[in-house]
Amino acid sequence: MSTSIAIPQLSLVALVGVSGSGKSTFAARHFGRFEVVSSDFCRGLVADDENDQTVSGDAFDVLYYIAGKRLAGGRLTVVDATNVQRDARRKIVDLAKAHDVLPVAIVLDVPESVCLERNRERPDRDFGPHVVRRQRDQLRRSLRGLAKEGFRQVHVLRSIDEIEAVTITRERLFNDRRDEHGPFDVIGDVHGCRAELEALLDRLGYALVRDDAGRAVDAVHPEGRRVVFLGDLVDRGPDSPGVLRLAMGMTAAGHALAVPGNHEHKLIRALDGRQVKVGHGLAETLAQLEAEPPDFTVTVREWCRDLVSHLVLDDGKLVVAHAGLKEAYHGRASGRVRSFALYGDTTGETDEFGLPVRYPWANEYRGRAMVLYGHTPTPEAEWVNNTMCLDTGCVFGGQLTALRYPEREVVQVPAERVWYEPVKPLVPAVAAPSRGGDELDLTDVLGKRVVETAHHGRVTVRAESAAGALEVMSRFALHPRWLPYLPPTMAPVATSPLPDVLEHPAEAFAAFAADGVEQVVCEEKHMGSRAVVLVCRDQAAATRRFGATLGETGAVYTRTGRSFFSSALTAELLDGVRAAVAAAGLWDELGTDWLLLDAELLPWSAKAESLLRGQYASVGAAARSALPVAVAELSAAAGRGLDVAALLDRTTARAANAAAFAAAYRRYVWPVDGLDGVQVAPFQLLASEGATWHDRPHLWHLGLADRLVAADPVLFRPTRRLEVSTSSAPSVAAGVEWWSALTDDGGEGMVVKPAANLVRGGKGLVQPGLKVRGREYLRLIYGPDYTLPANLDRLKDRGLGHKRSLALREYALGLESLERLARSGPPWRVHEPVFAVLALESEPVDPRL
Amino acid sequence: MLLTLTSTAAHASDLGYLLHKHPDRVQRFDLSVGVAHVFYPEATDERCTVALLLEVDPIGLVRGRRFGGDAVSLAQYVNDRPYAASSMLSVALGRVFGSALKGRCDARPELAGVPLPLEVHVPALPSRGGADVVVDLFEPLGWTVDAVLRPLDPELPAWGDSRYADVTLRGTLPLDQALSHLYVLLPVLDGAKHYWVSSDEVDKLIRTGGSWLQAHPRRDAIVTRYLAHQRGFVTDALTRLAELDDDAPDELDETEEADPPAPVPLATLRRTAVVEQLRTAGAHRVVDLGCGEGALLRELLADSSFTEIVGADVAPRVLEKAADRLRLDRMGERQRDRITLLQSSVTYRDDRLAGFDAVVLMEVVEHVDPERLPDLERTVFGHARPGAVVVTTPNAEYNVLFPGMDEGALRHQDHRFEWTRAEFADWASRVAGAHGYTVAFAPVGELDPDAGPPTQLAVFTRTEAPA
Repeated sequence: MSTSIAIPQLSLVALVGVSGSGKSTFAARHFGRFEVVSSDFCRGLVADDENDQTVSGDAFDVLYYIAGKRLAGGRLTVVDATNVQRDARRKIVDLAKAHDVLPVAIVLDVPESVCLERNRERPDRDFGPHVVRRQRDQLRRSLRGLAKEGFRQVHVLRSIDEIEAVTITRERLFNDRRDEHGPFDVIGDVHGCRAELEALLDRLGYALVRDDAGRAVDAVHPEGRRVVFLGDLVDRGPDSPGVLRLAMGMTAAGHALAVPGNHEHKLIRALDGRQVKVGHGLAETLAQLEAEPPDFTVTVREWCRDLVSHLVLDDGKLVVAHAGLKEAYHGRASGRVRSFALYGDTTGETDEFGLPVRYPWANEYRGRAMVLYGHTPTPEAEWVNNTMCLDTGCVFGGQLTALRYPEREVVQVPAERVWYEPVKPLVPAVAAPSRGGDELDLTDVLGKRVVETAHHGRVTVRAESAAGALEVMSRFALHPRWLPYLPPTMAPVATSPLPDVLEHPAEAFAAFAADGVEQVVCEEKHMGSRAVVLVCRDQAAATRRFGATLGETGAVYTRTGRSFFSSALTAELLDGVRAAVAAAGLWDELGTDWLLLDAELLPWSAKAESLLRGQYASVGAAARSALPVAVAELSAAAGRGLDVAALLDRTTARAANAAAFAAAYRRYVWPVDGLDGVQVAPFQLLASEGATWHDRPHLWHLGLADRLVAADPVLFRPTRRLEVSTSSAPSVAAGVEWWSALTDDGGEGMVVKPAANLVRGGKGLVQPGLKVRGREYLRLIYGPDYTLPANLDRLKDRGLGHKRSLALREYALGLESLERLARSGPPWRVHEPVFAVLALESEPVDPRL
Repeated sequence: MLLTLTSTAAHASDLGYLLHKHPDRVQRFDLSVGVAHVFYPEATDERCTVALLLEVDPIGLVRGRRFGGDAVSLAQYVNDRPYAASSMLSVALGRVFGSALKGRCDARPELAGVPLPLEVHVPALPSRGGADVVVDLFEPLGWTVDAVLRPLDPELPAWGDSRYADVTLRGTLPLDQALSHLYVLLPVLDGAKHYWVSSDEVDKLIRTGGSWLQAHPRRDAIVTRYLAHQRGFVTDALTRLAELDDDAPDELDETEEADPPAPVPLATLRRTAVVEQLRTAGAHRVVDLGCGEGALLRELLADSSFTEIVGADVAPRVLEKAADRLRLDRMGERQRDRITLLQSSVTYRDDRLAGFDAVVLMEVVEHVDPERLPDLERTVFGHARPGAVVVTTPNAEYNVLFPGMDEGALRHQDHRFEWTRAEFADWASRVAGAHGYTVAFAPVGELDPDAGPPTQLAVFTRTEAPA
């Protein structure tokens, strides 16, 4: 006789049987090595002895802990212990419930003689036969009540033969429809609005199929798209039977999937003759069904009953449930999962309208799967953390809404009229971004984190770095909603072998040539501060896209996310930027109502005057006070015939260096009054609606910048540039010449970038840019006297590896945040890589590189 | 960095004997702080000048770990150490003129301790606090002081003066005294010491400053600044100075208390008021949000009715300090279980702060940008939702009563705003209304009839169950 047992793919299996009944052998035959957690093994873990009964308490703590971790991760787990006592089994049932998986019992009912014999063969099992006998008694008494104890399946194998012959198969859960890949059109609460449903299906491109009576019984999409109904097809509206007929026809024909709503749930109970309160529009449905033939009602009841409360679709990337579902419940099965899916996260309270108060679970949703749901009528379908409520109150005179998946496109038809008066006005079910749904959680950023990037794999952020970044982000930065990007650090060029300079363009060209980059662009390095400019076309765009609450229309911020200016000055600056963007025709050309620009803001003194005065000018003043006196005293000593020649020469040279140093910082200072004197030099368009632009050549970006300069040459400043071919000696020489002219003239230097923008080489990402700083400018970095040979020689010994690696990681994080932003990812997803850039910036890397 | 010392005594070049440095030689000393050169630009019987020139290696400063110090500027290549007369020059002085500093003159013992007409020139002496500070420090010691601040940048006159003074000291003093004044006071003026303060610093200060420091009117300031604000060492040094004069250590404390009784500091009044409010609210589980170094936490710990105390702050290093000050690592288990320190931020929702009896925001709101206040409101009143919230903040109206405070100035440089009583009341009422709380106000500190109290306090009490 061969028995086959089918257990749910995700379940907690309790093996039940006395000592010596062969549980471990059975487990090893039917389950994976790690799927089985045995109490004997756990005894060994805590006490070095698998048979030490005195440590059972601790051993089971360990067992439950391991089993809990496995279940939390969605893995089938088998508990290999005698489980003959009711207490032990109750813990297993509780554990299964806590993780919303199904508990299963498999009983190995083996004759006592066999068990005793087997135990005798094992010298380590020195307990007497009375133990086995007692366990068998306990088992026998347990057998009848197992199902009542909460096990969803109880399988009793009653003989050695049966145990030997049994096969175990695993069944997927009803909600597991991961093999369904769509595309789908997911439709929110219909509530008997048949006409609107037909209109919506038509708009979505479905062809309606009608029966002889002209009633819609199916809808077919020419491209094979399918509908997913989110439940609450019935009640309140004019034609619940008509809606059911169409939905049932579509599901039967394989043209639709459906999940039940709370109204279907209640309808079944009413049809079953159970005591229900006939409110919330149920009366209308029941009356309408009266008019239908009785077998229709029977079909309705069966169809509703067979609906599964939530579905996991498309490899787990899409989850649908009437009232939504938090991530921990995806693909799980339990009473509370079902009631969440049907009723939402209710708090047990009711509001002033007598309606249940619902917890805004979507605000806290951090899952990767998109969750589509209905249930709570809301004026507008809006994304909240990758979830969307598609109930837009059609029956109350709102809209009937569908979302095209995977396109994420909302399609709506308006209600023909108000079919049912709402108890309370429609308000958003959850706070959309503009109302605080973008609230970030501390667990989104704190602690050690690993950020997945599309271009550079996993980037790790250390806990200490995150802690530091948290302080900066909280105390000094703008609100994260205004910081969708932070610029990455940039590596300097390899150290030059030339005697008189630290950095030289030749190394930049050679480095890119070695990476196989043929064309590069040299861009002038402006003498300002790195600035990111986020500008929205208007107030409405700022509110809709970035959740502006205080009338902001964008932001202008530094590398660490601080605003450059007061809100009034920022607004004024953004007005200028906006006007230029409009004049250049970029809004329409790029199809966007916001832009994110990478730029330099000049002068440096606008942001850094206190640094310039407190550090740079102070050093200059100290040098100017001390060195001339030292030269004079040394000259006097020389006049006395003392041998101070070398010291005098050196001191004289240092005085000249100090003057050159002062000249260098003075170039960064010019007077600014409000915005008068402030200039923006954009050099890259980072992102706009639906697009990042890292695949466009740099000359394209600079072309856009030129158009902004043309539109407003006072506010915008052009970036000088030169194309260089790294394989052509004359071209390289021209590049060197260009840099020399730029820096001899007091310029800061240049940045060399691959002309094509993002480039991958044999070893992954190529550096997006290398800076080559001018000889005079570097006095501000390495001190006035860095050019003295003894100093320069030591400074040339510098390690660039860490800086380069950091530059690539931050670059990848920056791109990641831009792509998440452009794809309208949830705020916490956009913030994650942004925060990571700030955290990496706090790593101990020589800040002078 | 440079210092010259001139004697115009008869047989001025005897200075060479006193300094143990021959006027016709140029000497070089390799020191930890750099290379010191000693030479005499002038050496006649009428006038003899010795110059101490210290060449500091800025690259060595940054690359060598030994100077990883207490001042951020030291970690930069661009810093004033190579030019300004600082603690490094003081070290060089001690090493190069060590015997002279001790008042020894082996070759001509009769010269030691004889007052000489001296002139000291320090062309770049950093002096935070202006030229007057230099005068205050040196004049009581018998010097005539000529100190002029140098311009920050002559080409940018709008930037005003730098912090460097060109200083000339004139006086008739024994050489060892003069040197010891410089040795102690150069680092004091500089403020940023180049090395970690260790306990031998205390010894060094006593050794060189003992004879004159005790009587100096700015003694406490000198000791504090010399020891770079390391509080533990300060008490130690003050005590040992007292011992040097055969004073009992506690007598020193008494002289301090003999000063006109200072009113109880506002910070203390504030903590008392907050704790009082928490008791009135019947709070047992309390969060101090923005706990800083834990002054309030200490008081909460002292009262066993507070059974669970959470100190939260956004700054990790501040939390470390709090842990240190509260001596968490040495606290008994029972006590230790009552308190948790954690990093949190009002920008982010934090479940760990939810469900307490009370949250304290003591002098916190004014450190939050006005645009970010809604985040704080949502995090505290919306999400953490304690039974009570106690908020204290400065009363801007009271600022006019602080001596020396400019009109419109704020009490702390990190304050983003300070509210009048009406502004605070507006904010508090709006927040209370929006989140289901009632609010009551109380003054903290001495009440001025017009300006009100220096600190204002509001207690919010939750009326609705959490939504």
